[in-house]
Parts: sequence; structure tokens; C-alpha cells
Amino acid sequence: MPNMRDLKRRIRSIRSTQHITRAMKMVAAAKLRKAQAQVTAARPYAEKLEEVIGRLTGAVDPETQPLAAAREVKKAGYVLITGDRGLAGGYNANLIRLTEERLQAEERPVALVTVGRKGRDYFRRRRVEIVRSFTDIGDEPDLIQARELARQLVELYLEGSLDEVNLIYTRFYSALRQVPRIDRLLPIQASGAGEEGGDYIYEPSPAEVLKSLLPRYCEIKVYQALLEAKASEHGARMTAMDNATENAAEMIDKLTLSFNRARQAAITREIVEVVAGADALK
Amino acid sequence: MAPLKLEVITPERVTLKAEAESVIAPGVLGYLGVLPGHAPLITPLKAGVVTYRPEGGGEERLAVSGGFLEAGPEHVVILADTAEKADEIDVERARQAKARAEKRLRERPPGLDVARAEAALQRATARLKAAGAV
Repeated sequence: MPNMRDLKRRIRSIRSTQHITRAMKMVAAAKLRKAQAQVTAARPYAEKLEEVIGRLTGAVDPETQPLAAAREVKKAGYVLITGDRGLAGGYNANLIRLTEERLQAEERPVALVTVGRKGRDYFRRRRVEIVRSFTDIGDEPDLIQARELARQLVELYLEGSLDEVNLIYTRFYSALRQVPRIDRLLPIQASGAGEEGGDYIYEPSPAEVLKSLLPRYCEIKVYQALLEAKASEHGARMTAMDNATENAAEMIDKLTLSFNRARQAAITREIVEVVAGADALK
Repeated sequence: MAPLKLEVITPERVTLKAEAESVIAPGVLGYLGVLPGHAPLITPLKAGVVTYRPEGGGEERLAVSGGFLEAGPEHVVILADTAEKADEIDVERARQAKARAEKRLRERPPGLDVARAEAALQRATARLKAAGAV
């Protein structure tokens, strides 16, 4: 027979957990809305830039554009974008799992750049080389942060510390669906369709134009990845907290039922005792 | 000829979508004008004022701080690092930024990043010009 006092205590404790998860869910929902707006606002620029670059690919000369020049990979770099905090369901775990798989499959030496505490802590314990790490991106990543991160990645690439840079982040589809993925950042891949490239006038010259286009392209890729990752994190947290709140409600229902049974049983027992006592007096 | 479709886009938002009879932008080699029917062109921009004539007359201005311009016979796309329409500019702030940058360039404290100070000065000046405060 479960103890009534214990049951009561558990119900109270679960109820207060439920308050917390519900609050977290609401906070995540509010942040998600903002992050989603940010992602959407950033897309037109990224798309246009991609379009322009696509048209220019015919003009890319690896000799003059080190950012687009593939070379032998002595060290492959992976930029892992995770959250700083947990309690976001499988958000961080999924990213880490994908990274682990990729690192296992990778035959070349690798190094990581971590963004967010979760990824850093995990791979530091596993003794994977981490060349840079960033934390405290905050809830609304801005361009300044993205520029700084992109600048450092380009620097690592140009000085030869990394011969390839990939982004591992979570692509945001909806509050219920976020998919971790790996995208190539550097060297920038000339993406085929450069048919009309020749018709353009480049001022001052194709090389000069690309020289200022390509670094911006990196910044935007990084910016986009950070935004997608943030929106995904909030989405994942919201879903996780919603589930937690529901689970808590379910547990409270079950425990309340047991509590009522226990109370009923106690009353019945008391009545039986009273009746038995009265009978004994006859 | 049909007017140009002008778009000014920054990484953070689409600042402007309009029809224009002509566009003048601060290219790296100097200000350049685009009229309908222009040959396809791509050029980087520096900090400065973008001026365009909307259909039906008048003149509108924006301040941009670097970016790109892509033009074709029927469109002009400006991918700007930042862009503000004239009425969005905080004139007081731009004035202060300008004064600060000028002071730095005049006094040359040790360790001054001259290129950065000059860029700041250009941005502030562009804002003031676009807002019509110079």
C-alpha cells in the first residue's frame, strides 16, 4: 500500500517540475518565433548572393582565388555548431552523433572548431583536436559574430591549418522537424551552372569582384548556419519541454489516482475498524 | 523603356523593393549610374549614397556601407552590408560617429587602425549625406 504522505509529496514535486517545463516551453516558443523571423529575413540575401556566385563560377580562377582552390587535404576541419545548454531533447545528441559518425568514417586527420558548449565539452573529453572554440553565441546570433567566426575560419584555411572546412549544424524546417547536416564551406565549390558568366561586365575585373564576393559568401554561409542552428535549438527545446509538460501531467494523473485509492482504502479500513469495534462491544 | 526593378538587400532584411527610372551607386571605381537597358554588370560597392529616381519623379536616397551591385537591362540588385533609407537614419548618431572618426584620424593615437577609422568616417559621411544633413 503506497504511503499517502509520500504520494502527496511526489505529486507536489512533479507539479513544480511541470511549472518549470511549461515556462521553458513558453520561453522557447517566444525565442523560436524571433529566430524563425531572422532565418527568413536572411534568406533573400543568401539566395541572391548564391545566384550571383553561380553565374560567376565560369570566371573562377583558382590561381587568383585561394578560397575556391581545392588542395590536398592534410587536415580536414569540421565546425560543429551546438547549443550552450541542454534540455533541448535530442538536439545536441543528434549533432554529436552525426559528427562521431563522420569522424569515424574520415580517413584523413581531422580537427574541430566548436561553437557552443555542448559540442566542445563532449569532444574535449574524447581528446579530439579542437583548434578553436566559441561559446555564448546568445539567442540571437548577429552578423558581427558570424563575421568574426568566418574570418577566423578563412584565416585557418589560408594559413594551412585546415585544408578543408565543413559546417555541421542543424537545418531548421519546422518546430517539429530539424535535421542535422554537413555542408562544405571551404574551398568554395564552383557549382556548375556558369553559362552566362561570360556576358557580364566586371568592374574592375572578375578577379577583383570575386575577391570581395567570396569572403562575403563565407560570412553569409556561417551566418545562415548559426541562424538555422539557433532556430532549431529553440524548436527542439520547445518540443522537448512540451513533451515533458505532458508527461508530467500524465504522471500527476496516475499518482492522483493512486492517492485517491489509498485515501479510499484508509477510510474503508477505518470504517471496518469502527464497525468491528462496535460489534465487539455487543 | 520599362523602369528598373530595384532591390536593396542586406543579410538582415530586404530594405527596399521599388521601381526606378535610374539608379546611382557608389562603385569601388567611383559613382556609377544605371539606366534601363544597361548591360549586365557586377561591381563591388564602397560606403556611400545610393540615389534613385522612382517612377513619377522625385529622388530617393539610401546610405549603404559596402556590398555589391548587380545590374541587368531590367533590374538592379544591391547586396549591401548595411543599408538604410534616408528617413531611417539616426542623424545625431551618425554625426557623433563622424566626429569621433575625424578626431581619431586627426590625433592619430598609437595603435590606431587607420583603415578602420577611415571606413567609419566614410560610413558616417554616407549616412549624413543620404539623410540630407550635410
